[in-house]
Amino acid sequence: MSAAPAALDRDGLSALVAVLVADGRTVVGPTVRDGAIVLSELDSADALPYGWGVELEAGRYRLVPREDGAAFAHSAGPQSWKNFLHPSRERLWSADRTAEGEVTFTAHEPAAPAYAFLGVRPCDLRAIAIQDRVLIGGRYEDTGYGTRRRGALLIAAECTEPGATCFCISTGGGPAADPGYDLALTEVVDEDGHRFLVRVGSEEGARLLERVPHHGADLATEATARASVDAARDRMGRSLPPVDLRSLMGASLDAERWNDVAERCLTCGNCTMVCPTCFCTTTEEVTDLTGDHTERWQRWDSCFDLDFSYLHGGSVRRSPRSRYRQWLTHKLSTWHDQFDTTGCVGCGRCIAWCPVGIDITEEVAALDAERGTESD
Amino acid sequence: MAATKTRPRLAVFKLASCDGCQLTLLDCEDELLTLAGEVDISHFLEASSAVEPGPYDLSLVEGSITTAEDAERIRTIRAASRHLVTIGACATAGGIQALRNFADVDEFRRTVYAHPEYISTLATSTPVSAHVDVDFELRGCPIDRRQLIEVITAFLAGRRPDVPNHSVCFECKRRGTVCVTVAHGTPCLGPVTHAGCGALCPAYHRGCFGCFGPSGSVNLPALIPLLRRDGLDEDDVERFLHTFNTAAFDEELGK
Repeated sequence: MSAAPAALDRDGLSALVAVLVADGRTVVGPTVRDGAIVLSELDSADALPYGWGVELEAGRYRLVPREDGAAFAHSAGPQSWKNFLHPSRERLWSADRTAEGEVTFTAHEPAAPAYAFLGVRPCDLRAIAIQDRVLIGGRYEDTGYGTRRRGALLIAAECTEPGATCFCISTGGGPAADPGYDLALTEVVDEDGHRFLVRVGSEEGARLLERVPHHGADLATEATARASVDAARDRMGRSLPPVDLRSLMGASLDAERWNDVAERCLTCGNCTMVCPTCFCTTTEEVTDLTGDHTERWQRWDSCFDLDFSYLHGGSVRRSPRSRYRQWLTHKLSTWHDQFDTTGCVGCGRCIAWCPVGIDITEEVAALDAERGTESD
Repeated sequence: MAATKTRPRLAVFKLASCDGCQLTLLDCEDELLTLAGEVDISHFLEASSAVEPGPYDLSLVEGSITTAEDAERIRTIRAASRHLVTIGACATAGGIQALRNFADVDEFRRTVYAHPEYISTLATSTPVSAHVDVDFELRGCPIDRRQLIEVITAFLAGRRPDVPNHSVCFECKRRGTVCVTVAHGTPCLGPVTHAGCGALCPAYHRGCFGCFGPSGSVNLPALIPLLRRDGLDEDDVERFLHTFNTAAFDEELGK
């Protein structure tokens, strides 16, 4: 891997996407659709959201034009990469019964396009690493996820424009890309032009870079790129209280605050669906009218769904209070016990995309304040 | 006749309703022939005037109870049905005609009809489950074709239908639809509405109208401030909730 960073101009980025498309990869990246910057398959770099940014608040997302023409100056979009690596619905197997009553089973090979993800934020790189641990890092592997993940090329875009709902610093992250990417871009737009500092993170990334027109990064580009990523550290719109979250959650099982949040919570499940680490699924069995053909499908589920905790006789977590508490406690505390990491990367999606704007940082602060009051 | 396999007998009945839900069965064009092969369609007036008497293995009932005659008739249907499944907002929640539950029916009768004495009706429109035991309620105005086939298939196989009762938000997110409330400020009943339609309206940039009624876990009071923020005044909110599932949403508001 070359140590010296390179630089691409806009044409260079276009060439990069063209090479990936020509290689038969399914390039997925940010693009403007339906009043948001969504992740979608890109035919060319022209589809990137050049000149668009976002204005975020709890329960509010608005697209805003940017004068600098930047492509990657936005955050907390409505989807994450899990929509592609861990899709909302996937067929696992099917079975057929013959007229003689014999049953045959067919395992379905996972749909696995060769993905190239373009513009993966550092928080989302960490989220992918967390899902790697959950879905393929243990004893039982989610083969669909594993197949797609191993074939995916990751091109990160470092964060220079955090949103009002961002708090990655509080979860041990930051606006700079950690290892795990194939290439990492840092967008620079100033009087010297629009360009992308490129760092290589893998041999495949190095080979890819060799195939597109680029040049060695000049010192000014490198310095500006570093400075804007450093500055982003101090521009996070939100933060979690700097306390040990595991012990806070453990001490808060009976907190009054859960009643307060349950009054506001719609239990609609949006927070878990937009969360880049939430991984829960259920399986459904589908039969056809004749009863001779059946299929098993895996689909996203959510701890906010009543049926999620259904055991014989009924659901265990019937109250909204118990379901919100389950989600937050798992995310920030018991995730450590299960997977040795936090379940939160501070991307802020659950804050922005909650219709009623329930703010995870505000809830944790309130739990912390309640614990403080009690111990006084 | 002796060699023929005995097929389960299917019946379709209609109470106070628009016919749209039973029409959904006829709309299942790809599955209809297979269905006809698996069941004996014994009573389905919208499809055939050849009617066979009960008992029936599976009865699909559309419509609400709005007359004393229908209140009696549903008992007869129940008695003749091994499984009774109600289909659509009228049968499961009283339908749009349940608006009468909040009004003076006598006044309507006097105002609308030249001979009000010809009209014999109850003061309320109520779901079938308010009168007899129901084995499964399939929601929607109209019901979803795919879900109807799933329910019939499940009853044929003797299993529980796969009809999740979570919110429409699940379906928007699975489908990749951008949230119309968060991103556009559009009033939407999706967070409190039962899934099943595949989140049709938000996919076309409209807020959810709540055709499927309340989901299995509803906090309607928490949604009202959002509807007000997004431009609905008090009357608009009332109209928004008082449509196909008016009685069911009204009950949620009172909780």
